[in-house]
Amino acid sequence: MSILAYNGAAMIAMAGDGCVGIASDTRLGVQAQTVATTFQKVHKISDTIFVGLAGLGSDVQTLSQTLKFRKNLYELREEREMKPKVFSALLSTLLYEKRFGPYFCEPIVAGLQEGKPFLSGMDLIGAPVFTDDFVVSGTCTANLFGTCESLFKPNFQPDELFETLSQCLLASVDRDALSGWGGVVHIITEDGVRTRELKGRQD
Amino acid sequence: MGDSAYSFSLTTFSRTGKLLQIEYALNAVSNGRTSLGIAAKDGVVIATDKKVSSTLIDVDAVQKIQSISPSSGFVYSGLGPDYRVLTRSARKNASAYERTYGERQPISQTVKQTASLMQEYTQSGGVRPFGCSVLAAGFDEDLEPKLFQVDPSGAYFGWRATAIGKGFVNAKSFLEKRVTPDILLEDAIHTCLLTLREGFEGEINGKNIEVGILEKETGSFRILKEEEVNDYLNEAN
Repeated sequence: MSILAYNGAAMIAMAGDGCVGIASDTRLGVQAQTVATTFQKVHKISDTIFVGLAGLGSDVQTLSQTLKFRKNLYELREEREMKPKVFSALLSTLLYEKRFGPYFCEPIVAGLQEGKPFLSGMDLIGAPVFTDDFVVSGTCTANLFGTCESLFKPNFQPDELFETLSQCLLASVDRDALSGWGGVVHIITEDGVRTRELKGRQD
Repeated sequence: MGDSAYSFSLTTFSRTGKLLQIEYALNAVSNGRTSLGIAAKDGVVIATDKKVSSTLIDVDAVQKIQSISPSSGFVYSGLGPDYRVLTRSARKNASAYERTYGERQPISQTVKQTASLMQEYTQSGGVRPFGCSVLAAGFDEDLEPKLFQVDPSGAYFGWRATAIGKGFVNAKSFLEKRVTPDILLEDAIHTCLLTLREGFEGEINGKNIEVGILEKETGSFRILKEEEVNDYLNEAN
């Protein structure tokens, strides 16, 4: 079994009309045994940048701390806010620097850049993909792709985006033993971020 | 002995509160060939006097203006070899920046990094300060053309127009009278050459000066060819 699937995760980032959303489950397990149901996998980098880290729990935490540190340092040095595109490039280089001893994380980035959605996903050595609809990551990507491809439509309003993300996530984790046990959805708009927790099935 | 009692170590302050080695470095700069620059609305021009000490020297092999990235360039007054260390470091830094963040390094950051290197050489043991001042042309983060000056002390300034090296005081007051906030690049090139010619010893031509331009339209920095410089000089006549 891959170490990427050791703790389990499911996450989606999706674009809407002038908004972007990111959702993940909250389970942390040791293979089939659930250890925690409130584990944070989506991290707020700034008001307009969120990153979802699916993979080994310890690397998820290390990477999120490193990313916040690098982003803060950049903003102090350059006296300006980091843009999602720049953040994604930074994350990609950070991962590739550890090419031969990688962080066991497959991140997705969701952000708003000049009011438009920015989405990217990458593998554990930082090879990025940029999309304008949705990206998924975790231990049930096949399920997530299925639900997202069926339910996604372009130009969702924030409330529609929330509903779609929630349904996609909940339906996908029901057929995955390693993810689920609650979820969290962040909807990012120019006016602010709205975060809601999902209860989900507890079995 | 007086002041010289403190000049054995560049990191020791004199009784008057000065760091003499840094002042000497500034003297090295003001004895150097004149360089100047103007930041226009649609670009930046930097130029320098390229006169050589002997007629036997092949002037085509002398390059005083250097590009740092495809969209920024440096020129200097003072010691040439010291300048090479600075361009090498700035190029490496600009490339590393682009590699990390996926976009061009703003010129303010290139300048800050170069200034930090120069400051380090005023406070470290076993080294001397850089014997040159640098003019840097490039774009800032919102792609506006900018001109900066960096001194051996590590101090840096943003300018609309400035001059360094021999006769810089006269050149600056000459520029003050002619440079307006809304000057355009073509105008700036002419003003630049006019200022250079003013303090020039001998006949100015495409062989004994060097001109670099940064264009907002193309977003690129390039060094003008000898013929292009001659064309600009002829336009002024």
